[in-house]
Amino acid sequence: MTPPPASKRGRFKIFLGYAAGVGKTYQMLDEGQALHRKGVDVVIGYFEPHGRKDTICKTEGLETVPRRKAEYRGTIFEDMDTDAIVQRRPEVCLVDELAHTNMPGSERQKRWQDVHVLLDAGITVLTSVNIQHLESLNDQIWQMTGVRVRETIPDWVVDQADEIVVVDVTPRALRHRLERGVIYSREKADKALENFFTEQNLSALREIAMRHAAHEIEEKLSAQDPQAVENARPLPAPGDTPRRRECILICIDERPSTVVLIRRGRRVADYLRAECLAVYVSPDATLAGLSGENRDAVERHLGFARNLRIHTEVVPANDVAEGIVQFAHSRGATQIFMGRSESRNWKERLQGSRLQRVVRLARDTEITIVAERRRGPSGKIGTA
Amino acid sequence: MPSQRPSPEELLRRIEAQEQQASRGRLKIFLGYASRVGKSFRMLDEGRRRKLRGQDVVVGLIQSKVGQEVQCLLDTLEVIPGLTVRSEGKEYLVLDVIGILKRHPQVCLVDELAQDNPPGSRNPQRWQDVKELLDNGITVVTAINVQHIAELQDAIEKITGKRARQAVPQKFVRSADEIVIVDAPPEDLQLRDAASAADTRRLSELRELALLLAAEVVDEQLHNSLQLQGVELFLGSQERILVCITPRSNAKRMLETGRRNADRFHCGFLAVYVKQVPLDPADAQLLEKHLNLARELGAEVHVLEAKDSAEAILHFARAQAVTQLFVGHSLGSRWREMLFGNPLDRMIRAADTMDVRIFPHPSLS
Repeated sequence: MTPPPASKRGRFKIFLGYAAGVGKTYQMLDEGQALHRKGVDVVIGYFEPHGRKDTICKTEGLETVPRRKAEYRGTIFEDMDTDAIVQRRPEVCLVDELAHTNMPGSERQKRWQDVHVLLDAGITVLTSVNIQHLESLNDQIWQMTGVRVRETIPDWVVDQADEIVVVDVTPRALRHRLERGVIYSREKADKALENFFTEQNLSALREIAMRHAAHEIEEKLSAQDPQAVENARPLPAPGDTPRRRECILICIDERPSTVVLIRRGRRVADYLRAECLAVYVSPDATLAGLSGENRDAVERHLGFARNLRIHTEVVPANDVAEGIVQFAHSRGATQIFMGRSESRNWKERLQGSRLQRVVRLARDTEITIVAERRRGPSGKIGTA
Repeated sequence: MPSQRPSPEELLRRIEAQEQQASRGRLKIFLGYASRVGKSFRMLDEGRRRKLRGQDVVVGLIQSKVGQEVQCLLDTLEVIPGLTVRSEGKEYLVLDVIGILKRHPQVCLVDELAQDNPPGSRNPQRWQDVKELLDNGITVVTAINVQHIAELQDAIEKITGKRARQAVPQKFVRSADEIVIVDAPPEDLQLRDAASAADTRRLSELRELALLLAAEVVDEQLHNSLQLQGVELFLGSQERILVCITPRSNAKRMLETGRRNADRFHCGFLAVYVKQVPLDPADAQLLEKHLNLARELGAEVHVLEAKDSAEAILHFARAQAVTQLFVGHSLGSRWREMLFGNPLDRMIRAADTMDVRIFPHPSLS
């Protein structure tokens, strides 16, 4: 990878893994060393040693920009010193753990935002991240593993990488590493082996990481030459109507399940190369008529959607089902994403549930009712 | 394409096969998409680490020209040199199967799995030599490029315009106990010789193919292991689309959408019809047309027999780990629906582990 001239945006390369300990940081440092040997000006912007000897060895001979220290509620926190790196102006900067959340009170909330500052300054960034941090996978990962990943990163940040490298080892080898205490301390390793690092969880995460990398490659190819990728697909049957561009409309409300809907809608839209919109239909043009709690929830959901680069709107209508369908038709939506309805009361029995009414009114528009995410007993998933 | 989930009998057969395999060596494959991605290095590095951990490791075969890094690793390991055989004016490097069996190491490293042996050899192809080592209890660590998988030759030809002369059956690769993807962006491979944009593109397409093949092997292993443990359903690692067909549904639209979406997700694509009452001739004809289209589009088609179609579809969809269910809807009698609930509504309520996508019937669109 050749670093670009300083005036341009830096190149962005991600080492993608499926769990801690697969060797992302090692490979990132290895590449840093190779560039350094060739005379490229490389610095370490942030490195998390985790007490791993092999990895620590790989930092030898590379300059490290000291971390920024700050106190928060009596504890000293350390984070990447983005300003110092920008001033130092290396050609290439190595940044571990892209999904990291900065300490409270930092200028930027997330490390990926710091990375953007480096890239904008023309610095090439090599970084590492695990697949479970992708925002759109959050519910799926929780359902599979029982772990709710807190540090998430919007999918579009990863999509923007110039290069993604899959760092792969087999789950068997990874579990051996854990058993030998290479990754975590003994006690932590035992816990990890029983919980998150089961062979099944690891296999599932690994499969998702491979598929995601394949997807990113395909998207890049298609961006370069849409026709070539399209031609490689089975042809539509003769007489097929010309395809409309898919457009997914997500119906937002105050219920917590809306977040699942937004993530899933974003993910499906990305795979189908569809546009993605979200709407909240309310009796007033503003959210003023809502109770404080509901207003907060709706605002949070709208913000969450925008963070994932989904265009959002609040639309006034007395009849929510009609409002949704009208908005869908006016925007040429091809699919409406909705949650499941709650229990049916008498009014709904007479008028039909909101979902039923949307289905009836939507005519040519398809409706997708998104799966519920939950974990069954004893770690089994969703068995009936 | 992902295969259908196995039946209990099939699973039993697999358990028995596994027991038989207990005495078999393990097969580990490093899968790449081009020379220079570093497969040989990874393979030898694994040999070095196994040796450090006390395993008896030999190198059975390594390509003749290796880089300096690879040579350094090679120097730390015992090598049983391959046999050089001349045949019909060509020179072949052949695995010394007898020599290795005599030496009988725990682990044997074999480079370039896809190679033909000269006529008259013990086995026509190298992967069969490897199989012999495995059958004799020797663990084999080997490397192959995706270009050399027999069943992928049509896809490979589309990308590169060439078919591989030497190829390994996919079944053998899928039988590996472990598969590791050796990945690097094409840009990194080409530092040494500047390549055209078209080359980069071809390499990217091969890389995608290799990643998807590895993902499918992982998926298959995951589901086998889950089913052996009696876990019925595990959603999340792989999408699966199921289209529910009825005579009057807009099957064409559902199936074509299903096909396109399955291509985007690189996922399983199924279609199902539930036989209830005998159909009148017009409907029977429509149904036949739909099922044929489903087959043409490459859907795995299932016909079920059940009184309660919603229940049967859900049961089937759960067993098949479906994540997206495509159904059609028509406007039934409002009064009847209010009194008895309609099947679509019941289905949506019950299908809570999957996305349900509702398509309008032709009369509505």
